[in-house]
Amino acid sequence: MSSTNRIQAQLMTARDLGRTLDRMAQQILESIDPEEAQAPAEAFAFVGMQTRGVHLARRLQARIQEQAGVELPLGLLDVTMYRDDVRLQLEQPRIQTTRIPFDVTNRHLVLVDDVVFTGRTGRAALDALMDLGRPASVQFLTIIDRQHREVPIAPDIVGRTVPTLPDEEVRVRVREVDDEDGVWLVQSSPHDAPDTR
Amino acid sequence: MAAPRSSASSEPATPLRHRHLLDLSTYGAAELLHLLDTAQEFRDVLDRPIRQVPTLQGTSVASLFFEPSTRTKLSFNLAASRLSAETISLSKSGSSVTKGETLKDTARNVEAMKVDLVVLRHSSPGAPHFLARCTDSVIINAGDGAHAHPTQALLDVLTMRAHVDSFEDLRVSIIGDIAHSRVARSNVQALTTLGAEVTLCGPATMLPVEMEAALDVRTTTRLDAALDGCDIAMALRIQMERQDEGLFPSTREYHRQFGITLNHLRRHPNLLIMHPGPVNRGIELSDAVVDHERAIILSQVTNGVALRMAVLYLLAPQREAA
Repeated sequence: MSSTNRIQAQLMTARDLGRTLDRMAQQILESIDPEEAQAPAEAFAFVGMQTRGVHLARRLQARIQEQAGVELPLGLLDVTMYRDDVRLQLEQPRIQTTRIPFDVTNRHLVLVDDVVFTGRTGRAALDALMDLGRPASVQFLTIIDRQHREVPIAPDIVGRTVPTLPDEEVRVRVREVDDEDGVWLVQSSPHDAPDTR
Repeated sequence: MAAPRSSASSEPATPLRHRHLLDLSTYGAAELLHLLDTAQEFRDVLDRPIRQVPTLQGTSVASLFFEPSTRTKLSFNLAASRLSAETISLSKSGSSVTKGETLKDTARNVEAMKVDLVVLRHSSPGAPHFLARCTDSVIINAGDGAHAHPTQALLDVLTMRAHVDSFEDLRVSIIGDIAHSRVARSNVQALTTLGAEVTLCGPATMLPVEMEAALDVRTTTRLDAALDGCDIAMALRIQMERQDEGLFPSTREYHRQFGITLNHLRRHPNLLIMHPGPVNRGIELSDAVVDHERAIILSQVTNGVALRMAVLYLLAPQREAA
């Protein structure tokens, strides 16, 4: 963990995170109607939000492939261009790749993020998706709901709801970028402006 | 609430250390690559069904063009509107400039209208630097005399990047009226900073000998020498009025010595052709070369919009936190 943040508590171990993803994959599979004429790979897709949402979506994709033998397509979404605070930041945020290799129109999407906080990122993501087409539905999946919503955005599939204080931060770490799996509650350092998720 | 920060706080923010884009001489490789990476993401936006993003809503961009320009002005205005910024335009004719207002006063007036970014095209080298000193707006140089045209050079290297693995092994030759070309100068700066090898080629009257030492490039007056081992040849537009100055004898003579033809393309099977436009067909490039599949002139134009979106996005000044 970064030395500027004091760890308050570990919210999930690597094992907890794995089981949460197992359960979420199960939940997504249950929402796929086996009577549906359209093949699941045509009707459903994951949209992972940069950066950690992408890795979490990849793991959900792998679990569904394992359990049901279908590979649901996966897109990458960076919402920087749609944020409402771009010009309030200290520096212009780096724009990461958006790559949606399928037509979103008439498709059921599962939008994957690590933490939902103010709801502003979710709002930006919905706007970005609507500019790409007209999805049949969007479900919002998040590992941690830390509450303190500022706009009416509600996640549909939640790993865990954790009541937090505004000056705390939730860090979801994934081994692909952070070398370890798990979720921690940290005290944001006084020099750090608060997180806005 | 204090100014919020990016949610992905572990992502490095922009490595851009400049407030203005005046010329590329002080931009480092990391800054140039960051501009190109950002432009690449905006390039993808231009291929979507809705080619507009709300990123710079509420930002205003003034384009001040004191010199005729069609494509650069259009390209900047389009880039601003693709980012949902407002644009106001002022050109030399029909403005207070013809009434004798100084550049400084025009700029101050525009600034008083609360403009965030000023895009300036001017015939005097250094005009954008002067504006940057005497106003508080962010200044983007859209061409100043024979000095610099940084966004043109950036869109050129963005176009090159799609065709090469790395700038390190890249060899580029720039052919034409080097002495009068801001495009050549800015390209040399961008390319050498990124590690490419540059050769400048043109008639001796248009190729200052000091350039070789000053800009860390090779110069030659022979087209064959410029094309040997070259990956990308960039032909520059010949200004017809230079003929009257006696810098070259005739357009036909120029084409015979420096014009790129199908014969050159046959002899160099991997050579790509670029041109900042507008092309004088049959002078810098033969007709068949302009339309050849290895001429990547039109992708330069599309990349221009994306690159200028990246410049506006990265240089847009931060608002006071609410």
